Parts: sequence; structure tokens; C-alpha cells
Amino acid sequence: MNLAYRDVRHNLFRFVLTCLGLSLLMAVVLAMMGIYNGLVADALNIVRAPQADLWVVEAGRQGPFAESSKIPGATRDAVARLHGVSDAGSITYQTVEAAFAGKTLRLYIIGYERGHPGGPDVVVEGRGIGQSHFEAVADRKSGLVIGDRIALGRNRFEVVGLVEDAMNSGGDPVLYVTLADAQTLQSQLAPPAARVLEARGATGESGDTVAAVIARVDANADVDSVARTVRQWKHLSAMTQAEQEDLLVRSVVDRARRQIGLFLGILLTVSAVVIALIIYTMTMEKLKQIATLKLIGAPDRTIIGLIVQQSIALGAVGWAFGLMLILLIKDYFPRRVLLEPINATALAGIILVVCILASGLGIRAALRVDPATAIGG
Amino acid sequence: MADPQSRLIIDLKAISKHYGAGETRVDALRGVDLEVRSGEVVALLGPSGSGKTTLLNIIGCIIDPTEGRVWLDGEPVYENRWLRDDLRRLRLDKIGFIFQFHNLLPFLDAKDNVALVLQLAGKSAGEARRRAIELLDYLEVGNRKDAMPALLSGGEAQRVAIARALANSPRIILADEPTAALDSKRAGIVMDLLRKLAAEQDACIVAVTHDEKIYDRFDRLFHLRDGRLEDQEGSKA
Repeated sequence: MNLAYRDVRHNLFRFVLTCLGLSLLMAVVLAMMGIYNGLVADALNIVRAPQADLWVVEAGRQGPFAESSKIPGATRDAVARLHGVSDAGSITYQTVEAAFAGKTLRLYIIGYERGHPGGPDVVVEGRGIGQSHFEAVADRKSGLVIGDRIALGRNRFEVVGLVEDAMNSGGDPVLYVTLADAQTLQSQLAPPAARVLEARGATGESGDTVAAVIARVDANADVDSVARTVRQWKHLSAMTQAEQEDLLVRSVVDRARRQIGLFLGILLTVSAVVIALIIYTMTMEKLKQIATLKLIGAPDRTIIGLIVQQSIALGAVGWAFGLMLILLIKDYFPRRVLLEPINATALAGIILVVCILASGLGIRAALRVDPATAIGG
Repeated sequence: MADPQSRLIIDLKAISKHYGAGETRVDALRGVDLEVRSGEVVALLGPSGSGKTTLLNIIGCIIDPTEGRVWLDGEPVYENRWLRDDLRRLRLDKIGFIFQFHNLLPFLDAKDNVALVLQLAGKSAGEARRRAIELLDYLEVGNRKDAMPALLSGGEAQRVAIARALANSPRIILADEPTAALDSKRAGIVMDLLRKLAAEQDACIVAVTHDEKIYDRFDRLFHLRDGRLEDQEGSKA
């Protein structure tokens, strides 16, 4: 006869209500884990999307993500000719705010050369950019759909394809355009400002600059050796893919990552305290029944089983409800919530340990109950 | 009165129980001698604080005496370093408890409240349930075997509690105010039932009570005052 199960069944409504409360807490913990993962993954996605081996940027700069970087567009040809480089592409990055359908969209514009590295990796709907101008591929989170036309600068771009999970570290969805269009967008001034500049006789700086050149290296070539060669050009700097990723995680998203990590730690602590309190209270409410059990001859293991099984059931149901809840609502979060199986498993492990430790308090109280308490009403 | 040839079930010699020490010492029991034979139904009477519950707890192996010897069903208790688990086992095998407010576990139905004690004693689930239903039928509450305690009347709940107390065929049944929650008619029925069971099962019953209406249902009445068993009188002829 499983007393824990019978007690839960008897007080089912209360048990379910407690589990629901706990599951909300679990859902918040899982959401924080997912946001933490999403933050890092989004940041790394942008770096990993071009599948580059080498990033060539402005000398003395940690570009193009940690710092701005501006190098001549012709750099691509020079890098492409280096021994060991199989392909190279120029790339630009900029954040813009554009009005669309009565709303303001914040977009992360990536300009790339068609046929070279830097473009969208997998287009999940529609097609890639097929024309030299005024076509775009957008991340689905932007809310844009195929066929939408969005004004950027003085031009209108038609969305021809959609990608997924392409965002910068700030959570802004990506919009891919051609390099030429991106350069125009960067250098193009509003008409009055252009007229003022022209009246002063200034021609403005050349529009043919890019943020970085990304290169893919032959399988048998040494990336570090290619990087050393690039660094010999005094106006350029080079980072391997691993260095770029490390830089991004260490500097760009580090503070946000630590902030969320700390908050996650606090949440887990609060959850542990709440679980311990619930289990302790559940046990204290049953002291008279526990005294009766002792009096009629129930061994300690029956009483310990009653408490431990109930606390594990509480934790397990709370965890399962919480997981279901977060899986149902995670796509409605403005930023990506990336839940890995290891997160859910780790939380399950933590909850199990917390439940067992928390039952220790209840067990201590239960084992100290005098069976005589049952006598005398 | 019980047959003088019947077995001695409870044998207490010079039992004393003190709580605290020095100026705060309380003498709950002072040199109590008590003998109860099988088939006997005896009552412990006395005002609050006279030591009735302490005496019941000592017989029930819940607390140990400070001084004196306790023999239950021919076995010396508290001697030779009895462990807590040994006392638990003794309670399970030889002692049945009936409480003032029945103390049925609220999350088990009537038959499982009875079957639990049998399962704790090592019976299989099926066997325990069969025996539980037999007991409930015997106590004329078999029709309520699936009812939860909250849905039982006071009399029904007390009969289920009696069935639980009798489940392992104990030699000693300890009852704490067994009729306090019942009206006089039902109290009389419950006491007659306990007398019948004691005779049938060759057990003895020790009850703490203040209910004067049922005094005539006891074989002997023991009065406790200030921790001393002052007198005893035969109630039934």
C-alpha cells in the first residue's frame, strides 16, 4: 500500500495546485536557462553563419562585432589571392531602424557578395538573393514575410527568402542584402545633407569600404599561417574563427551572460527554499497522522517513504509541468529561448537533490514526533 | 470479573515515572502495581494530571518507566536494552489502540485503514484486505468498507478504529476515552462490543474514561490520584 500515492490522491486538488505553483517557478528557471543559451547562441550564430576560417579586419581593431572595423573593399581580392585561401568574401554589418506596416523594425543588416562567403546558410522559405539590387532575405523573427517590401534608406527592398535563428547579440533579426546595397545604405545621406555637402565642395569618403573580409582556407592549409601573412599588411588584422568566437563570448555578451547566470543562480536558490518550505509544511500538517502511524507500529522507513516519495512526486510533476509550459510559450518570447535537453536534465537533477534534501527537514520533524501525540485527541 | 485461571497479560510492579529533575521534577506515577488478566475489561479513572495517560503510554510501550518492572503477555519489557524498533514491533503484534477521535488516516478508506496494520505486520495486500473486510463485517460496518473516514458517522468511524485495533489479534487493547465522541446509546453499544471481543480474543482491555454512564461495563475500576493507584473496585458482578 503506497501511502504517499493515497495521500496525494486524497488531496489531489491541493497537490495539483501546489505543483502548478511550483511549475511556474520551474518554467521561469528554464526560461532563464533558455535565454542564457539563446543569448550566446545568437551571438555565435552570426559569427558561425558564414562558415569562415579567417576574419580580416581593420588593424588595431577587434572587429567587426566587438568593435567597428572599416577596410577597403579591394581587400577581398588581396586576401583571395593568398596561398591556402580557397574563397573570400567582403561583408558589412549595420543596425538600422525601418518603418514597416506602421511599426518600427530594428534590423541587423548584413551585406555580402553573392557567390562568396557571408550570405545566409540555409534559406528555410523562398529563395536566396538572385538580383544585384533591392532583394533581401530576412530572419523570420523580424515579422517580414515573402513578398513584403520594406524601405531602407531611399530604396525599397523585396523580401525573397526567410531564414531562422539569425540574430545579433542584441537580439535584432538579420536582414541579408547584397554588399553593394549595404554599402549604399551605409554611405547614402538624406537629400538635404547631401546637398549641403555638395555645396561645400566635399565629395565624401569612398563608399567602397567593408567591415571585414572573411576567408575560407583549404583543408590542407594552416589557418594560423595565413593569419600571420595577413598581419604583415600593416593596415589589416586577422583573427581565426576560434579567436572571433572567443572574443564575442568574452567581451560582447559577457556582461549579459554573467547577469543572466547570476539571476539564474538566485532563481534556483529561491526555488530550493520554496520546495523545502512546501515539503516541510506538508509534513508538519501530517504530524498527527504520522504519530498515529508510529503508534500502530509503522516502521520509520514507511514514514520516510511517505515524505520522500511525496516530495519527489511534487518536484517531478512541477518540473514536467514547467517544462511543458516553457516549451509551449518559448516562441512568444521576443528573444530566442534555446532549451537544450541537458538544461532540462540538469534542472531535473537539481530538483531531485533539492527534494531529497528538503525532505530531510520533514523527516527529521517526523521522526521526532512522539507516538503519544496520537493519544488524547 | 475475569476467570482467576486466565492468563496474566499486564503485570506492572512498582512503576514510577518522573519528568524533569530538582525543583521542576514532576512525579507522574508513584509505585503503581497493576495486574490485568485475559478477558478483563478495566478502566483507569482520575482527574486530569493524575497519571492515567502516562500509565497508558507505559503499557503501550510508548514511554519507559523511571522505575519498576513491566511484563506484557509474559514478556519482560524495557529490560535487557529494548530498542525503539523492538517496542514498535511489540506494539504492532500485541497491542491495539483505540482513540478518542478514532484517528483513522484520512487518506485511506475504511478497509485500507484496517488492512494497513495487517500489511505492516507482514500480510500480503490481498490477504490483508480480505481480513479487513471480515473484521468490518463482524463489526457491522462492512457496508461502509469503501467509505473515506470523513464520510463515516462517529459510531461507524469508532467501529472501524476498533477493527483496526483488533486486526492483528492483539493481547492488549488500550482505549483512550473510546466513547467520548459518542452519544450514550452508541457508547453502550461500543463498550458491549469491546467486552465481547475481549472475551472472544482472550485479550484484555484497559480504557481511560470519564464517562460515568459506562462504568458498569467494566470489570474493575482503578482510580488514579497524584500518580498513585488509590483504590480499585469491582464493577461487574
